[in-house]
Amino acid sequence: MSEKTSSNESGTNRVKRGLAEMLKGGVIMDVVNAEQAKIAEDAGAVAVMALERVPADIRSQGGVARMSDPDLIDGIIEAVSIPVMAKARIGHFVEAQVLQALKVDYIDESEVLSPADYVNHIDKWNFDVPFVCGATNLGEALRRIAEGAAMIRSKGEAGTGDVSEATKHIRTIKGQINELRSKSVDELYVAAKELQAPYELVREIAETGKLPVVLFTAGGVATPADAALMMQLGADGVFVGSGIFKSGNPAQRAAAIVKATTFFDDPSVIAAASRGLGEAMVGINVSDLAAPHRLSERGW
Amino acid sequence: MSPTSLRRTVSQSVAGRSPVGQLPIGVLALQGDFREHLNVLQQLGEAAVAVKTPGQLEHIAGLIIPGGESSVIDKLSRLYGLAEPIKAAIAAGLPVYGTCAGLIMLADTVLDAIEGQQSFGGLDVAVRRNAFGSQTESFETELLVPELGDVAVSAVFIRAPVVEAMGPSVRALATLDDGRVVAVEQGSLMGTSFHPEMTGDTRFHEYFVERVRSRR
Repeated sequence: MSEKTSSNESGTNRVKRGLAEMLKGGVIMDVVNAEQAKIAEDAGAVAVMALERVPADIRSQGGVARMSDPDLIDGIIEAVSIPVMAKARIGHFVEAQVLQALKVDYIDESEVLSPADYVNHIDKWNFDVPFVCGATNLGEALRRIAEGAAMIRSKGEAGTGDVSEATKHIRTIKGQINELRSKSVDELYVAAKELQAPYELVREIAETGKLPVVLFTAGGVATPADAALMMQLGADGVFVGSGIFKSGNPAQRAAAIVKATTFFDDPSVIAAASRGLGEAMVGINVSDLAAPHRLSERGW
Repeated sequence: MSPTSLRRTVSQSVAGRSPVGQLPIGVLALQGDFREHLNVLQQLGEAAVAVKTPGQLEHIAGLIIPGGESSVIDKLSRLYGLAEPIKAAIAAGLPVYGTCAGLIMLADTVLDAIEGQQSFGGLDVAVRRNAFGSQTESFETELLVPELGDVAVSAVFIRAPVVEAMGPSVRALATLDDGRVVAVEQGSLMGTSFHPEMTGDTRFHEYFVERVRSRR
């Protein structure tokens, strides 16, 4: 960049993790085209997530789900001024290279798309663009951070409108952090072994009591109360996928979820935001989903 | 002046005053990295409070507007009746410090705003949102800020704004090597394009606290 001097450093840990810090307390919304992105921005989204189909459609239509068409991503970047994230398949580092070349602001290496590699995730240190990755427990979160993720989202079960898995995952991650805090230093070696995570990260968490990156939650959030539930459980912010554009009145529901996320500790605001929203997305109970159809079990 | 010596000056000036009845410094807590600002203030021994409702504005000695998404902070502040009281407080001389999105919220003119986006205003500047491009152009650097001594400030720019024009009563506190203005002050207001709350260097906050506590 001509405008930068030699002493300027981009793509540093602080810069990558820093953008996620700025998104805290906000809602990131799944969008499939520029029109939806505009609706999300107008409703108060802190960022939008570009993907080919929302998770509910991936679930009902089946087939292989991949990175979005570059033209659609360009159109979304053109349409909004808030950060634009986009999903790449797990392990598909070339999709990630393409997304970086398209100048997206964040890449989600996501289990919602069909994995491209059932063994390895992307080596995210190789990129200047930051990555967010899903996790169902602390060990998984720390493995992603060790690979260079600059933000974690608990996975939940995308495309269901059933918040129970999101609750389980955020509670698991928070609970495991609390367990580490209560351990003595000599117990952390075994804790690292059991979590299957690097010792240095385990020790850091035992000392600080929090992840070194921002923790959002995702997967099944469909109502303002769902979003506030996630915030009260300790999430830094919320991803909403199918919950908005599969509902009766996306613009109004999106704005209501933003309000409930900000005022998560004020039930009267959540009540007011919950009125007159029309139909929520229909939803599927996670317990009715056969295990092979659970997206949260992708990634390891 | 070293960072430590400035800190000493500040804490002395605070200690010299009775803490009884001293109002806390507020941090606008609608969205963004407000916790980091609260942490820095507490680290400096200041009483700090998260501000989410208009009533809380009446009981603060100064206000920090954090980094975040300016279009969201604007929307929520209007929706929940904070925008007008904040504008009135600024007009009445409340010391306010904005970082990144906070600087945008203090600018009289916002360039590249989304449709209908408003700011609180007060700083006679035109600020361009997201002036460097996408996240891959975000960077950190060392900045000389004469007001804070000769040790450079480590500055993190994240999809950061820059000050493109400023009125005669605005003073630039820091510029990039190419001359673009990234920190300003005017009367009781100050703003930075970057995020001192993220780096552990507390000198900008000390500078602001001094301004708050020396106000009569």
